[in-house]
Amino acid sequence: MTASPPHREFLAGVRDQLPLLLGVVPFGLIFGALAISAGVPPLAAQGFSLVIFAGSAQFIAATMVGSGALPGVVVFTILIVNLRHALYSASLAPHLAHLPRRWKLALSWLLTDEAFAMASARYRRGELAQAHWHMLGTGMALWASWQVSTSLGIALGTRLPENLPLDFALPLTFLAILRPTLVDGPSRAAAAAGGLLAVLLGGLPFKLGLVVASLAAVAIGLAVEQLSGRREAEGNA
Amino acid sequence: MPEGSIWLVVGLGGLVTYLIRLSFIVVIPQERLPATFRRALRFIPPAVLASIVLPELVLRDGALALSPDNHRLLAGLVAALVAWRLRSTWLTIGAGLLALILLSLL
Repeated sequence: MTASPPHREFLAGVRDQLPLLLGVVPFGLIFGALAISAGVPPLAAQGFSLVIFAGSAQFIAATMVGSGALPGVVVFTILIVNLRHALYSASLAPHLAHLPRRWKLALSWLLTDEAFAMASARYRRGELAQAHWHMLGTGMALWASWQVSTSLGIALGTRLPENLPLDFALPLTFLAILRPTLVDGPSRAAAAAGGLLAVLLGGLPFKLGLVVASLAAVAIGLAVEQLSGRREAEGNA
Repeated sequence: MPEGSIWLVVGLGGLVTYLIRLSFIVVIPQERLPATFRRALRFIPPAVLASIVLPELVLRDGALALSPDNHRLLAGLVAALVAWRLRSTWLTIGAGLLALILLSLL
């Protein structure tokens, strides 16, 4: 088997993230409009998208800026909301370990929820010699779309029609990517536990429910693997 | 908030976000991590993806909504069926969005 050349992987990465744009572009438009109405100057509103590049954290931060929160409190909130990215970093680190440092720095910069979901789907498919180009394509396309849609939202103050449920495209894409991760009993147990715990902890602020549910679900996956491994060993004895 | 403070939020918020994203890829060396940690890594995608998706389907305004009035739950079930049978990202999204739009027209 020959690996795809870099430009093919890059273009495949761009193509694979296209369905996500259904959700990302309206989200960026609304962020731009919301930041302006919260009193953030246009250049700084774009700065949020350029420098932080994390949708949920930007929404909460811009709202807090508008309501006059202390800068340190807003930065701390951004940190809490983005803690989940450490899970993405841990999950992808073994795949990126062989890359030169500049690649690690660039791909980390682009590591959003969406880029993580797409990359974990790509790294599941094999022929990985040039797979980092795929992640670069996905990440750069998402980054560019986020900048353009933020600018449009700032300029137009767009209010999208509420009955157009495009934001639903994001969970649907994650659902499609979830399917191939359920390869055995322990991974299915991790998914079931993660989903149920996230629903139970849905009331926690700052996406903490997602972080706690995911960590607990990973532990449950490990425990189920341990138990089923032991049972198999006993069965073979 | 004065404009200088907003830029401070942008700069420091961007820095902490980048450091979190760099954490395991650059900052913490792989070989220092215990074996159990490495065995746990494969459970992160199913755990996180399910944690993101399920609340989007069954929670409405923070409350559990398991009735047919919850169109996102029904559309999500249609999409899950398509994802499980056909394993296509585009068809899953298309089926889910179409179901949600049709339900809202009923």
